[in-house]
Amino acid sequence: MFRRIFHWQFSALVYIRVRMRLSHSIQRRLCILKGIYPHEPKHKKKVNKGSTAPRTFYLLKDIRFLLHEPIVGKFREYKIFVRKLRKAYGKAEWSGVQRMKENKPAYKLDHIIKERYPTFIDAVRDVDDALSMSFLFSTFARTGKCHVQTIQLCRRLSVEWMNYIIASRSLRKVFLSIKGIYYQAEVLGQTITWIIPYQFAHDHPTDVDYRVMATFTELYTTLLGFVNFRLYQTLNLVYPPKLDGQGEFSLKSECEEDYALESESYSEKLSALSASLARTVPLVEDEEAELDLFPAEGEDLEKMEAREKIELEQNEQKKLFEGLKLFLNREVPRESLAFVIRCFGGQVSWDKSLCIGSTYDETDETITHHIVDRPTIDKQYINRYYIQPQWVYDCVNGKILLPVEEYFLGVTLPPHLSPFVEESEGDYVPPEKLKLQALQRGEKPQAEDDEEEEEEEEEDDDDEDDQSEDEDEANLAEMEEKRAQGKSLSVKVTPGKVKPENRMRAEQEEKAEEKRLAIMMMKKKEKYLYDKIMFGKKRHVREANKLAAKRKAHDDSNKADKKKKKKKKC
Amino acid sequence: EVQAASSEVSDHLSSKLLSKTHTRSAVNLPSHSLLIFITFSVRSQDIRNTVGNIPMEWYKDYPHIGYDLEGKKIFKPIRNKDELDEFLDKMENPDYWRTVQDKMTGADIRLSDEQVDLVHRLQQGKFGDVNFNEYEPAIDFFSNEVMIHPVTNRPQDKRSFIPSLIEKEKVGKLVHAIKMGWIKPHRPKETTPQYYDLWAKEDPNSILGRHKMHIPAPKMKLPGHEESYNPPPEYLMSEEERLAWEQQDPEYRKLSFLPQKFACLRAVPAYSRFIHERFERCLDLYLCPRQRKMRVNVNPEDLIPKLPKPKDLQPFPTTQSLVYRGHSSLVRSISISPSGQWLVSGSDDCTVRFWEVSTARCLKTVEVGGAVKGVAWNPNPSICLVAVSYDDTVVLLNPGLGDRLVCTATDQLISSYEEPEEVKDQPVQWAVAEGEGHEQGHRLILKHPKAVRQVTWHGKGDYLACVMPDNGNSLQVVIHQVSKRRTQNPFRKNKGLVQCVSFHPIRPYFFVATQRYVRVYNLIKQELTKKLMANCKWISSMAIHPGGDNVICGSYDCRLAWFDLDLSTKPYKVLRHHKKALRSVAYHRHYPLFASGSDDGNVIVCHGMVYNDLLQNPLIVPVKVLKGHTITHDLGVLDVTFHPTQPWVFSSGADGTVCLFT
Repeated sequence: MFRRIFHWQFSALVYIRVRMRLSHSIQRRLCILKGIYPHEPKHKKKVNKGSTAPRTFYLLKDIRFLLHEPIVGKFREYKIFVRKLRKAYGKAEWSGVQRMKENKPAYKLDHIIKERYPTFIDAVRDVDDALSMSFLFSTFARTGKCHVQTIQLCRRLSVEWMNYIIASRSLRKVFLSIKGIYYQAEVLGQTITWIIPYQFAHDHPTDVDYRVMATFTELYTTLLGFVNFRLYQTLNLVYPPKLDGQGEFSLKSECEEDYALESESYSEKLSALSASLARTVPLVEDEEAELDLFPAEGEDLEKMEAREKIELEQNEQKKLFEGLKLFLNREVPRESLAFVIRCFGGQVSWDKSLCIGSTYDETDETITHHIVDRPTIDKQYINRYYIQPQWVYDCVNGKILLPVEEYFLGVTLPPHLSPFVEESEGDYVPPEKLKLQALQRGEKPQAEDDEEEEEEEEEDDDDEDDQSEDEDEANLAEMEEKRAQGKSLSVKVTPGKVKPENRMRAEQEEKAEEKRLAIMMMKKKEKYLYDKIMFGKKRHVREANKLAAKRKAHDDSNKADKKKKKKKKC
Repeated sequence: EVQAASSEVSDHLSSKLLSKTHTRSAVNLPSHSLLIFITFSVRSQDIRNTVGNIPMEWYKDYPHIGYDLEGKKIFKPIRNKDELDEFLDKMENPDYWRTVQDKMTGADIRLSDEQVDLVHRLQQGKFGDVNFNEYEPAIDFFSNEVMIHPVTNRPQDKRSFIPSLIEKEKVGKLVHAIKMGWIKPHRPKETTPQYYDLWAKEDPNSILGRHKMHIPAPKMKLPGHEESYNPPPEYLMSEEERLAWEQQDPEYRKLSFLPQKFACLRAVPAYSRFIHERFERCLDLYLCPRQRKMRVNVNPEDLIPKLPKPKDLQPFPTTQSLVYRGHSSLVRSISISPSGQWLVSGSDDCTVRFWEVSTARCLKTVEVGGAVKGVAWNPNPSICLVAVSYDDTVVLLNPGLGDRLVCTATDQLISSYEEPEEVKDQPVQWAVAEGEGHEQGHRLILKHPKAVRQVTWHGKGDYLACVMPDNGNSLQVVIHQVSKRRTQNPFRKNKGLVQCVSFHPIRPYFFVATQRYVRVYNLIKQELTKKLMANCKWISSMAIHPGGDNVICGSYDCRLAWFDLDLSTKPYKVLRHHKKALRSVAYHRHYPLFASGSDDGNVIVCHGMVYNDLLQNPLIVPVKVLKGHTITHDLGVLDVTFHPTQPWVFSSGADGTVCLFT
């Protein structure tokens, strides 16, 4: 009975194609759009007629669900349209071509989005991939890898998203990786992470099927558009986004002449991320509702306090760059920095010739930080810091304004750590992270020399410990040897030494033995699981130790170099 | 005169040609037509082109070009100018710049002034004809003004009156197509905006079962420190690691990229696999089977069974207290006297040694004729006999240790045997030891047809069972009755290779262990009562609990199986605590202990409590791992046995020693 049910429930991919009479491309698109994915049957052999060859299995229910999709008809219509159009071109029936083009079948994915994400929060939860894809497509050149309209739409949607993030100040973490820049935002309680590639032209790989990507993008742009609309609504922002009235006026006067099309210049200004957006309801300052306090006891109280604390921290983080006035030099990634700085309330500008939307000039005396990514700069103003761009990102991740000394021009930068790593107990924590945590706790960093000395002292202590342990071991070995000799050397009574009994050690040994004996009695299954867990743990420890050892070796070699240099100086 | 006339004609021709080309408004004349009309104008020379417009390189290697009317060759003008002549010509001849070689005739032609002028004009993109006015006012013939006179005087065609058939056909086709619905009128324009509030009316009924069953795709893995553009130095790969990474299959790499360090953000290049990774993510999203996997968050400490502490299960042997040295080869078998005072050990060095247990002194050494396979002390305390098996012989020894009365009584018992009247044909020859053998203690010698591996006594001390393992299925087990010097072959047929046998301590049962099974026979009813499945490959040893209801089997595949005979024919518990093959197992006669010795050199002592209450399962707790033997030739402990009264265990090893653990 059970078996038969299983046979019925799963069927192979080939089977659907036959049943649905769909071309492969339509079927693929349907699967992508409707979010149908294969399942792993519990008993592969039963389903696969006894063979264990790798096959993909879909639930029959899912396939029926696909078949009921009205969009299948639209796809077919489109296919026919393309065929007819090609024919008309071939016959040079231009009027027919014209007519057909006017009647080009169009389809909408709204209902699919609604069906896949019945509530808004579901959609927000799933927006990660949509963002990454949209940001990637918006960086494509208009070379025919995909439609120009798609690229423009992606650009528009991603700019809208960034503007929303700025307006809601919901960015939490940023990470400069070698792949691109990761951003993490918290939108309606959901953490959303996306990656933007660095601003370079792509060399398009040949082994990538752009049709698959295009289908996904189609879905994602629809999703993202609706999500953006709703998000703008929640903040009382106008959608499609409009620039705020005051900012607009100042902008208009400056660089309007350079742009041929007004709409183009407007979208460029939007994407410059330098001005705030228009709201349907004028913003009232400090309208944040305070949390109602419920009387709570015990654990609840603790939780509440923790929550409050986190909230406070977040509020502080939101205002991280408030009051700072930053200026971007032309070689730094403008969009990323402008986005991050504006997300945390800082003012930002750039050279007028670099991009539209700059708000103040380099000569402005009130600029506090000047972000530069070159070893030296010719003309320096006295009353501002010249820092490297990593400072901004590290500040955001550290949630505090870090001391600027380590980020000055031409200085070797401190390592840039990933904010996504949360070390649990036993993990390796890089010393930089420890330092950062100390800073967050409000401890003042000690002078480096002191630290080094201390470290050396500590090392000495360690050595002593090691030595004492070594001695112990040596003694033991000696004794054992003696014992062995005593056995072999007939009967000879020697005055015995009183061996100090280490009670702690004995107890530990006893416990260890108990455990070993108990492990012997484990069932086979449990033993396997236990061994696996222990193996994983050991590997974990090994990896952490390896990292620590590597770091130590690196630091030692650095120290030796320093000493050599000092000696040379002397 | 004629020449002059012809020249006029040619002039006229050329100008006509020119004007024709002009009217075509083709400004750039093809070069060969230019040459043609140049040759037309050249008539001062006799040489004419008689070959026509053919590629001239056909005549390249000949001194002539074509033939005249009389069929004589028309020779090319002699051109033997070399570079120097050319140069001199260029320097001296004022007309050099307007001299052109005619390819048709091979002659040099000096261009006239008009021709030069024409070339100049053409080069400048002007019309060849000087008099041509290119800026004449245009006359608009077909203007919107209706003129009284027609442009042409041609009468109107008939087809201009009657409706067009072709058009009618076309219209008819369109009408038909519209009627049939092949052509559709314009679609109405979409009025709804592209994006709107899709979730304006969220109704909870729209959350269907499929949404609850939906397995959301896992999010992308978040990057670690090693992905940073400026990672801490410990995350960068060393040279060896990098090489190993490169040699690894991309699928099995732990990191999909090489960690790199850049001095500044400006130096970071584009990531070449960015699109790839996005694409792979897309593929994962729609092609990867999804499965909900319950992540068991098990604390490994919880998996360890809660057993009573070994401390609470004392007494059991814990330390090695005595080592009995003396054998020069591996000690295969040991046995202890029922009083617990003496120990006998048989070794491959063809000796049997008797030891005093408490002092480890070797009291007696008896030499036998072969490597001793098994020794067994008679369990009856009133008889002092030891069965020793070597090769195909079993010798019953009287060691003469302990109470002299007992020893003499034993001797008397053996010598008091009287031959029965009718002598049965027996498979084993009984002989009484005499002479030197008798002095050493040999009393009876039993010659078997095959090599004897194991000897074991019945609890009463009268019966002795021997095992002669053999693949032939007859005569593997024999049972001797010492008092009557009688031998029985209990099984007409043996299934499999018999490994060891044992008597039930209380009831008349007999246990026979073959490779995989243990068979229990009822000796009185002479039938098979039980067949125990050991679930192991090859049983090596077996021991019966003094209560008689439990059996342990050691096997060469590292397992120890505990059978509860009341419970099932399958093992109640299988222990895999030894690393290597088990050689021997033993129960203690009084204490709830059992021990197993293995090739890994360890003796593991377990607490094995059997309760009187039938409902309660036996409690098995390993309590001690005893190490005392060194592994020689991959063999460790060969035999273990317990002291009959004390919680002590003896073990004999391949290193030629016997150890006592107390």
